[in-house]
Amino acid sequence: MSETLKNTLLFATVAALIILTGFVQSWNSALFIINMGLISAIMALGVNLQWGFAGLFNVGVMGFVALGGLAVVLVSMPPVGDAWAAGGAQVLIGLALGAATIAGGILTYQKMAPGRSRTLALIGVLGLGFFVFRYVFDAGVEAIEGVNSAGTGYLGGLGLPVLLAWPVGGLLAAGAAWFIGKTALGLRSDYLAIATLGIAEIIIAVLKNEDWLSRGVKNVSGLPRPVPYEIELQRDPDFVARAEGLGLDPVIASSLYSKMGYALLFLVVLLIVLWLAQRALHSPWGRMMRAIRDNEVAAEAMGKDVTARHLQVFILGSAICGVAGAMMTTLDGQLTPSSYQPLRFTFLVWVMVIVGGSGNNLGSVLGGFLIWFLWVQVEPIGHSLMSVITYGLADDNALRQHLLESAAHMRLLTMGLILLLVLRFSPRGLIPEK
Amino acid sequence: MEILNAFLVLANFVLIPAITYGSQLALGALGVTMIYGILRFSNFAHGDSMAVGTMVAILLTWWFQSMGITAGPLPTALLALPFAIVVTIGVLLGTDRLVFRFYRRQKAKPIILVMASLGVMFVYNGLVRFVLGPDEHRFADGDRFIISVPDFKALTGLPEGVAIRTTQGITVITAVIVVAALFWFLGRTRTGKSMRAYSDNEDLALLSGINPERVVMYTWMIVAGLITIAGVLYGLDKSFKPFTYFQLLLPIFASAIVGGLGSPLGAIAGGFIIAFSEVTITYAWKRVLTYALPDELAPSGLVQLLSTDYKFAVSFMILVIVLLFRPTGIFRGKSV
Repeated sequence: MSETLKNTLLFATVAALIILTGFVQSWNSALFIINMGLISAIMALGVNLQWGFAGLFNVGVMGFVALGGLAVVLVSMPPVGDAWAAGGAQVLIGLALGAATIAGGILTYQKMAPGRSRTLALIGVLGLGFFVFRYVFDAGVEAIEGVNSAGTGYLGGLGLPVLLAWPVGGLLAAGAAWFIGKTALGLRSDYLAIATLGIAEIIIAVLKNEDWLSRGVKNVSGLPRPVPYEIELQRDPDFVARAEGLGLDPVIASSLYSKMGYALLFLVVLLIVLWLAQRALHSPWGRMMRAIRDNEVAAEAMGKDVTARHLQVFILGSAICGVAGAMMTTLDGQLTPSSYQPLRFTFLVWVMVIVGGSGNNLGSVLGGFLIWFLWVQVEPIGHSLMSVITYGLADDNALRQHLLESAAHMRLLTMGLILLLVLRFSPRGLIPEK
Repeated sequence: MEILNAFLVLANFVLIPAITYGSQLALGALGVTMIYGILRFSNFAHGDSMAVGTMVAILLTWWFQSMGITAGPLPTALLALPFAIVVTIGVLLGTDRLVFRFYRRQKAKPIILVMASLGVMFVYNGLVRFVLGPDEHRFADGDRFIISVPDFKALTGLPEGVAIRTTQGITVITAVIVVAALFWFLGRTRTGKSMRAYSDNEDLALLSGINPERVVMYTWMIVAGLITIAGVLYGLDKSFKPFTYFQLLLPIFASAIVGGLGSPLGAIAGGFIIAFSEVTITYAWKRVLTYALPDELAPSGLVQLLSTDYKFAVSFMILVIVLLFRPTGIFRGKSV
């Protein structure tokens, strides 16, 4: 079987699975799988850029995805005028003071001669700066969070078109990646993993606790949408007439219509990212990346700056994850910081890349769709499996009840097992690297 | 007098909790460092292995309690601990046999082993949630306090009291015993010496006839002991929740790296550095300062540097600083 044929068959199988969902369950769930599959494919492409091209192990995908989500709020929500008036300037000044403190610390470290006086000066600058920062910043935060805390209680965004948030999400993620890469790249490969794990947890902690920025656990809902609202479509007589012409219920038709709108937008982004990734893979830059991945010492001997190239590809990959995160929050229509789970946003993407075939962009796209499909379907399957296993037990049996309740946790086990099995028996994945 | 009061408050809210937490972290970090030294990879399944060990201990504790077996004033979990360690040893050795041994024989890159450990982490995590559910469990019983605040006040007649909880006392005593035993084992016994030799120079150790599979086996057994003890102590002191144990991974790794990966002494020092920084930075210093400073300087705010929600940020910042300035850690661990 030729390679093209095999790949076509693989993609056709996944497409058939999704179409089957459409017939068996509903077209709404099929479109949901497609939309999230498109986003997952983009995330997988980002991770593949880091792992497949360069061999960098990023365990903080969740953090970059969440930063993308934050970008949607910051760009698209209307600004809260009262909150800005109450403490906006003060918070900005506070943040500027914080940044100045860090800059001052770096300057002190670089300009002064090593020794005890430098250590003392450094501690002095950082300590004093921190207290000034907290003094200015805290008062501002309190003022902002005091403004209608049940309704807003945060600064809001810039009120710009929501699509603009997607590249901004990429930029935010790139910034965080730069910081992590600067610290952990060039050291042992596991250090990057630990550092990314840490930054992801911290980003989530910031989103949950900094109410002035993201409303914290109160969530930001009602984000602007790039596609028409279902309710407006249902009120539009033209749309209702056309839906009925197709023999569809207008309510279902409107939901399908807006989901398809999202799917088209996501598809455009996926195609752009895929095209860029393919070009990168086949360019001299891509060859250099793989050369570095396969033998760092040899590449370094050839005059390649390994750490700088790693930093570059790490930032690029994280930025793609940020874009995907912004797209996902746009699709959800709300930012829910407590919904970011490492399993769902870091680990699942990893399974996608490994199963699809690390180093192969098409493999990542395939993995994105396939694993997302399984992720959605494993829970109902697990639940029915448990029902079958415990069939002989009475309904009020404690063991049966416990097993049925725990079926939700089957996902962790299943995904862990899939990763271990693929890594062991088919480490090159479904569509291996050429 | 004022200074004494300040010290008592400090001891009660900072020193004692930080020493307890530091002991728990040190035991966890010792495990990370041993796996790193012998097997040469960072084991991401560490936190969840702790959760597995603790889960077994909790199940046994419940079983003992249902049979009416208790340890009197001490928590029943201490009776369950040895059995839990045995089970955990079985689990870890089984995992090594099924997952890690294959990559070791292949001489795979460390990062592949790290990835496999990530898979193991999720299987363990799923297992624990499957058995005990994702919720919090408290399994400490027996006497709550060695000395409580009212007792202390009555005993000394001082206005401020210091409480030492039973679990805190047990944690510190156990940690000291375990660490002493571990250092004796590594330094004095034949197996311990062969483990250190293997960690220092694999090829030389192989040449001198050390069986690597035996060394690896002993490592997993010791690690199983360490993490079960650390996990049970943490669970007794605070509470057991699968997600918390996963999150412990960050401070534990930070401790091991700060001390120098591969250095047991470093792991202990790192554990206490991380614990003390975390507690002092997230503690509200108002009461201590009110006592310690003259009245006119007394603070009006809480004087809390960071809210407790950011305690993981503390370990992370320390980790970043160490990676930037001294990537091999304080005790000069293994190569970068």
